[in-house]
Amino acid sequence: MSPELQSPPLAQPRAPGDVRTEEMLLNIGPQHPSTHGVFRVVVQTDGEIVLDSEPHIGYLHRCFEKIAESVDYLKVTPYTDRLDYLASMCNNLGYCLTVEKLMGLQIPRRATRLRMIVAELNRVASHLLAFGTYGMDSGAITPFLHAFRDREAILKLFEIICGQRLNYNYVRIGGLAEDAPPRWLDQVAAFVDFFEPKIDEYDALLSYNGIFIKRAANIGVLPAATAISWGCTGPVLRGSGVRRDIRKDEPYLEYDKVEFDVPIGRGEVGTLGDCWDRYMVRVREMREACKIVRQVLKDVPEGPVMAPEAKKVLRPPKGEVYYRIENPRGELGFYVVSDGKDKAVRIKCRSPAFCNLSVLREIAHGCMLADMIMIIGSIDFVMGEVDR
Amino acid sequence: MTGPAGSLPLSTGRGSREATAIVYQELLNPHHAQTYTGRAYWGLFPFAALFVPVLTAGLFVAWEAVVHLTGLTRTTGEFWSVARPLLLGLGWVHVILIFITIFSMYAVWMERKVSAHMQCRTGPMEVGRIQGSIFLWKRFNFRLWPKSWSPHGWLQTLADGLKLMAKEDLIPKDADRWIFILAPIVAFTGVFISFLVIPFHGVLSSFIPADLDTGVFFFAAVTSIEAIGVIMAGWASNNKWALFGAMRAATQVVSYELPIGLAFLTAVVAAGSLRVSDIVAAQGPDYGMLAWFVFRSPFLLLAFVIYFISSLAECKRAPFDLPEAESELISGFHTEYSSMRFSIFFLAEYAAMYVVAAFAAVLFLGGWWTGIAPVDHFLADAAKSDGLLPRLAAVGIGVFAVVGKSMILVFFQMAARWTYPRARLDQVMYLCLKVFLPFGLLTLVGGTAWELWLEGGWPKALLG
Repeated sequence: MSPELQSPPLAQPRAPGDVRTEEMLLNIGPQHPSTHGVFRVVVQTDGEIVLDSEPHIGYLHRCFEKIAESVDYLKVTPYTDRLDYLASMCNNLGYCLTVEKLMGLQIPRRATRLRMIVAELNRVASHLLAFGTYGMDSGAITPFLHAFRDREAILKLFEIICGQRLNYNYVRIGGLAEDAPPRWLDQVAAFVDFFEPKIDEYDALLSYNGIFIKRAANIGVLPAATAISWGCTGPVLRGSGVRRDIRKDEPYLEYDKVEFDVPIGRGEVGTLGDCWDRYMVRVREMREACKIVRQVLKDVPEGPVMAPEAKKVLRPPKGEVYYRIENPRGELGFYVVSDGKDKAVRIKCRSPAFCNLSVLREIAHGCMLADMIMIIGSIDFVMGEVDR
Repeated sequence: MTGPAGSLPLSTGRGSREATAIVYQELLNPHHAQTYTGRAYWGLFPFAALFVPVLTAGLFVAWEAVVHLTGLTRTTGEFWSVARPLLLGLGWVHVILIFITIFSMYAVWMERKVSAHMQCRTGPMEVGRIQGSIFLWKRFNFRLWPKSWSPHGWLQTLADGLKLMAKEDLIPKDADRWIFILAPIVAFTGVFISFLVIPFHGVLSSFIPADLDTGVFFFAAVTSIEAIGVIMAGWASNNKWALFGAMRAATQVVSYELPIGLAFLTAVVAAGSLRVSDIVAAQGPDYGMLAWFVFRSPFLLLAFVIYFISSLAECKRAPFDLPEAESELISGFHTEYSSMRFSIFFLAEYAAMYVVAAFAAVLFLGGWWTGIAPVDHFLADAAKSDGLLPRLAAVGIGVFAVVGKSMILVFFQMAARWTYPRARLDQVMYLCLKVFLPFGLLTLVGGTAWELWLEGGWPKALLG
């Protein structure tokens, strides 16, 4: 570990009188099956015990913020797809809502309702992947493929509505790229009907599996105060028992008109704020997302999906705005500064995964090597968003 | 479900058949609809599971026919007294090698199929597609099998094996070259030697490669040789991940020797012998399945459970696959291995699966006794008769029973692997030293007391 980057050493977890063995520096990543992308963490180990860990990021840096300053407002949307590529719809939505707020655009109600549907479906897809890969991190491969079967159906729904399976660019400034085909809402309803019982299967298969609970409970405990002070948001914060959800606290779209709960960690099987709590918040959020989709489906009015004021070249008035939405991974904020021209002066993206990941060293101290993998998985970051 | 365009979407209720049909037909690949529900799996397995037992039984029936017809066992004289053991030894080596190869090829395929169908996939389907069929009645286009028929990717493992052989054989520059080369050989040899006391059949007393007086002890001793190969591989690779894998293998495999030994001893006490054929002989032919050791006393049942779970740890299968935990240690001890060296490790792993399953079948599940009393009596009588046909039938039934029981246990090993997450090292050690060891001692003491109380087992005491 390079001395200038190394933070002050944490307390050694070795018991007094224990045999002193040689410590080892272990390089987890950037090519490693469990780092969820090109993430590298240098781990100082004493046998299987992790004494210290130092995350290295930047392998996927693509200058999003700089590019966003040099292209039109409209052309930034596809770049937001690549931030958190597991929740592209939500990223599009966050950026578009920010610019719409800057311009004071009123978007048609049908577009708002469809936006809610795709955002919640994407939340389910993203949490499904988190659920599946978390199972893989713990050594269970079957939940991963079950999750992928159901995620496949969501991707197909997105493919039907916008032609893409990963980077959708579907939510545009002023509305949506195109209207949903006539049968699409029926298919969404069928998917929700199909999917809700599957969550019970997931619980039986993984969540309440004895070995899984043994692996995930009491590991990587993140107290609420630490989570707040490191700026953690989303399931990582809620797993620590903090009821904080932008959809409830500062409702955007029409989230104030739908009923849903904000699941938080309760320390059911271990300590409050352990890996299992974070994991379980995601599983429960899938149920809530289904609940939201059901309610939204009841009222999707006919009409246009694009505001007529949204032109090909947008020139928002001079000013600056910060707007945030609840991404699957937490609070995704965009700070846009406009000088009245067709390009933004500055676009800053506050990515939830980056803040969540920063707490890794704090909670991974003193665990075992296998727990390290579980902790990395429970934070559920996407390197595309960490590095931007 | 489908209203006119523009009408409200109708929910048909949680988990409704209509909703599932729409998802499978419109949102997922309709060709795989049956796989998504996991139904295909139960249709395939019962037939596929017969493959190895039937093939092995055929192999040994042929062997017995040749031996019987040539009179190889009855010949006397100075030449044959020297040549017969040599010939038999050579024969056994080849039989075991052929068996390991066939079994591993089949088991890899089976593992892929079991995992696939548990995971809503089809697994390998294409390799081994048969183009063209045999007409039985051309006028009605009636064929023996479809014109283009793929028997569920049955040649996939062969293709994979050939691919592995064609791969470059890499030895890392800083590896300890000779240990690196020796490691897979040592690992495989350990498993190979333990086949010596695995009976394929014992009614005619000639189908255990070496029916040693100390068979169980020998088995317990040689199965840990594989761990030495693994440790050598991890150390020689000069790779930290491999070293971690080797450390874990050393800790885990050596510790689990203890509960396995205690479980063995419980069965040995019940049979009163360390010889494998004696232990099986004590489980039949009277009283059918009730005579199996697993039903002989609650302690032996517990010993079986302890042995089966410990054997998963012994052959490094999930949920105890820590030495090669792919999500933590990349591939663990064989991270640096490629080509044939890797496939020898692979072969050893699958052969070890069979070995531990077969030994469980022999010690606790009645070995070559079928569990059906009349059939078992026929087996016992055939051993005494000199006719060719009863002997061949006995060989076939006996081999089928041993290999079939082992395959069922192998299936449970696979099902466990694709169901459970992996335990952590300290939890694995906790299970071994704080749960299995005390309970193993309990089975030994309790099982011994049970034998003293009900000499000859409860079927004899109760049923006469």
